[in-house]
Amino acid sequence: MELKINGKTVSIEADPEMPLLWALRDTAGLTGTKFGCGIALCGACTVLIDGEPTRSCSIALEDVAGDVTTIEALEGDDGALHLVQEAWIEHQVAQCGYCQSGQVLSAVALLASNPAPNDADIDEAMSGNLCRCGTYSRIRAAIHTAAKKIAGT
Amino acid sequence: MGKLLRRTFLWGSAAIAGGVAVGFYMYHTPYSNPLVADESKGEGVFNPFVKIAADGSVTIIVPRAEMGQGVVTTLAALVAEELDIELSDVKTEFAPAANVYYNRGMLEEGAPFQAFDNSFMAELTRDIQGVVAKFLAMQATGGSSSTIDAFNRMRMAGAAARAMLIGAAADKWQVAAASLKTENGRVIDAALGRSLAYGELVGEAVKQEIPEEITLKQPADWRYLGKSQPRLDMRAKVTGKAGFGIDVRLPEMLFATVRMNPNQGAKMTAFDAAEAEKVPGVIKVINLDTGFAVVANNTWVAFKAADLVKPEWAPSSYPATTDAIFEKLDAGLKAGGGFNMRDDGDAPAAIAAASGKVISARYSAPYLAHATMEPMNATAQWKDGRLTVWSGNQAPTSIVTQAASVFGLSRDDVSVHSTYLGGGFGRRFETDFSMLAARVAKEMDGKPVQVTWSREEDMRHDMYRPGAICEASAVVDAQGVPSVAFRAASQSPIASVFGRIAGAITPPGNDRTIVDGMWDQPYALTNYRVTGIPVYMDIPVGFWRSVGHSHNPFFHECFMDEIAHSSSQDPLEMRLQLMQPYPAAVGVMQAVKEMSQWATPLSAEGVKSRGRGVAFCLSFGTWVAQVVQVADTDDGIRIEKVWCAADFGIALDPKNLEAQMMSGIIFGLSAAIGQEITFNDGAAEQGNFDSYDCMRMNQAPKIEVRVLRASGKMGGAGEPGTPPSLPALGNAIFAATGKRIRQLPLSKDVSFA
Ligand code: FES
Ligand code: FES
Repeated sequence: MELKINGKTVSIEADPEMPLLWALRDTAGLTGTKFGCGIALCGACTVLIDGEPTRSCSIALEDVAGDVTTIEALEGDDGALHLVQEAWIEHQVAQCGYCQSGQVLSAVALLASNPAPNDADIDEAMSGNLCRCGTYSRIRAAIHTAAKKIAGT
Repeated sequence: MGKLLRRTFLWGSAAIAGGVAVGFYMYHTPYSNPLVADESKGEGVFNPFVKIAADGSVTIIVPRAEMGQGVVTTLAALVAEELDIELSDVKTEFAPAANVYYNRGMLEEGAPFQAFDNSFMAELTRDIQGVVAKFLAMQATGGSSSTIDAFNRMRMAGAAARAMLIGAAADKWQVAAASLKTENGRVIDAALGRSLAYGELVGEAVKQEIPEEITLKQPADWRYLGKSQPRLDMRAKVTGKAGFGIDVRLPEMLFATVRMNPNQGAKMTAFDAAEAEKVPGVIKVINLDTGFAVVANNTWVAFKAADLVKPEWAPSSYPATTDAIFEKLDAGLKAGGGFNMRDDGDAPAAIAAASGKVISARYSAPYLAHATMEPMNATAQWKDGRLTVWSGNQAPTSIVTQAASVFGLSRDDVSVHSTYLGGGFGRRFETDFSMLAARVAKEMDGKPVQVTWSREEDMRHDMYRPGAICEASAVVDAQGVPSVAFRAASQSPIASVFGRIAGAITPPGNDRTIVDGMWDQPYALTNYRVTGIPVYMDIPVGFWRSVGHSHNPFFHECFMDEIAHSSSQDPLEMRLQLMQPYPAAVGVMQAVKEMSQWATPLSAEGVKSRGRGVAFCLSFGTWVAQVVQVADTDDGIRIEKVWCAADFGIALDPKNLEAQMMSGIIFGLSAAIGQEITFNDGAAEQGNFDSYDCMRMNQAPKIEVRVLRASGKMGGAGEPGTPPSLPALGNAIFAATGKRIRQLPLSKDVSFA
């Protein structure tokens, strides 16, 4: 099976029913995408498929119909970070860090569709991403900062 | 800070070596400094905490688990401060499991086993008991003792390396060491205007003697400490590069999962793996006696095949339902007895003799799972009779001890590589997930195997925060001072941990965690009794973020609120009065009073009503007061805002401390608004976030934190944010609605918006 992951065509040999998450982690070696619940309740496994935030634990390989973007692709080859990642660093968001790949990608998707989200928009877009370390205040602040950064470019 | 004598400096390793002072820097003994191998890579090993390469790059060894609390950055800053280097340039490595990294509180573990062949197990058990006792003592006096341990030791490690670098430069230039100074990784001879980079001095510097005396910097001269530092692990954590246990990848690695009897500890009496073995990609199904493992070519295949295995489970040895469990707790409470952890004056007599109104109440708290974001997992490999384990864990040396005991290995034949932890909260202090990986890998002919638990497996095989009940009674005298008596019954986490780690049932003395958060609070009352009643059952219970302080403050601080209201006192002012002899307590109470504008009445604009609640808890050496504000809305109770003031004594990294407080508060509120583990047929009924949710972004309140530094003694940070959050919420709901809720989770009585 061929998938487009982070701009590259990757061939994966696996059961077509296998969720994308495990193809990324156990087959393609992309461990930045995390396993948290397996049933689309925590957001740790969030990736973008054609820009849409998607819980990779709950989409079968055979149903993946677009380009997959994982956290690994947000950092440029030159080490340049996405503005959302920069805002995350500015606000020192991460604690244990386990949920953060999913948080960052959900935020990237939110800002792509809504460049100036208010708090209610942020709640709506981000409440599917659990953070057991409780970094919500800083995530919210970082999203507002990222929105300003993106508007300024 | 003044001078620290060599003896002080040597303290840790002197004790490890059985009373013989062999030196902090145990380079000359074969096993003591695990970094020695790095010397061949051209790195200068100054001591077990500091390596410097010829290019000047500095690697700091972090002997603690990074589970979100920022320990990598703070401990590196301790070394960098004294070594005089750029903090942002340092590299960090997690320490291997080795004697030199033993926490001061865990020294016994470093003692070599005595060679009594015929009583080896007894000796081992005694040894481990000593370890556990030490650990628990540390836990009970707070993270403070361990922080203070690192506070001195890591600074001394940096200062010692710096002195040796200066010594090497002094020899080279033939000048007095005292005439030299350092700056950003260079030794400088200001008089002659010359300097040498640390990298150029490494070769000679490591041969220098450890200095006899170390003078640490005065706090006024600190460049990093006391100021917020960017976390060294931040970039890795926003780019997906931080390596957690679940991210370990090794050549030829296999993927596996386990399914253990949900009646925890009981046997698997039979199993049929025929269907599972037919699944393409399945390599082996292994009988583990109390459950089974499926080894496959990826984790999902293992999960899927595990669903097809038909096991038969023996019943649990503990009461099979929540009702039956709480009946046992009730019976324990009714039977009387127990131990008085605090017994000032004679509270029962004062209450019995009272002419005024006696207030009494019964409180309860449920069992709770840790639900770390990263489910339990570990990777293991057996090669040439040696075991290597990779895992995100809070206690690498416990894994070594237990693996050596279970598999009959010498300690030197067990290596543990610690990774980042996707949350710990006390769950990863346990060794079960590492040991299961070792058992599975043992069947796989030298191949490394990663064993990942499903979320359901994780939640149903936790060492839970024990459920608890508490009876409280009080009378208030004419001056508004209460006489109070609390009696709390729960399982003993300490006894449970003992059973798992040492195979011993009897705990050493009274388990104070049963009443922590009630007996140890700074209220000056004449008649004050706090009684703990341990109730023994086999449900595994353990350390859940703040341990006994996670539920007892809910009992204590809500009841204090009841006392205040019943005697027409303001709950915050009453506490201020009763805490007069303790300035740090008064300080944080005053701070939240001001931050929350406590004295200004709230408007109920747009909602049915609003209310504020206050609570206090001293835990792990840190004094914390919180005010929670809620609104009663058509959709239920909305938690609008939390104000938190915390006195840490010494605040090494204020922004990180703020983060830890916020984290602890969200953790506590998550439990308060809905978490509960219930049992049926001996198994936990909740398995995933659909039945055991955590606070999410849309429910998270705004949180304002003030960091104070007045107590005079350094306190811990990871846990003390949690305890006051639950009672402050309960008290706020009372203020807003008049409804006094005495059972957790509060969602049993109100709904949350
Ligand atoms: S692992 Fe996919 S949402 Fe939790
Ligand atoms: S940072 Fe730990 S779960 Fe979000």
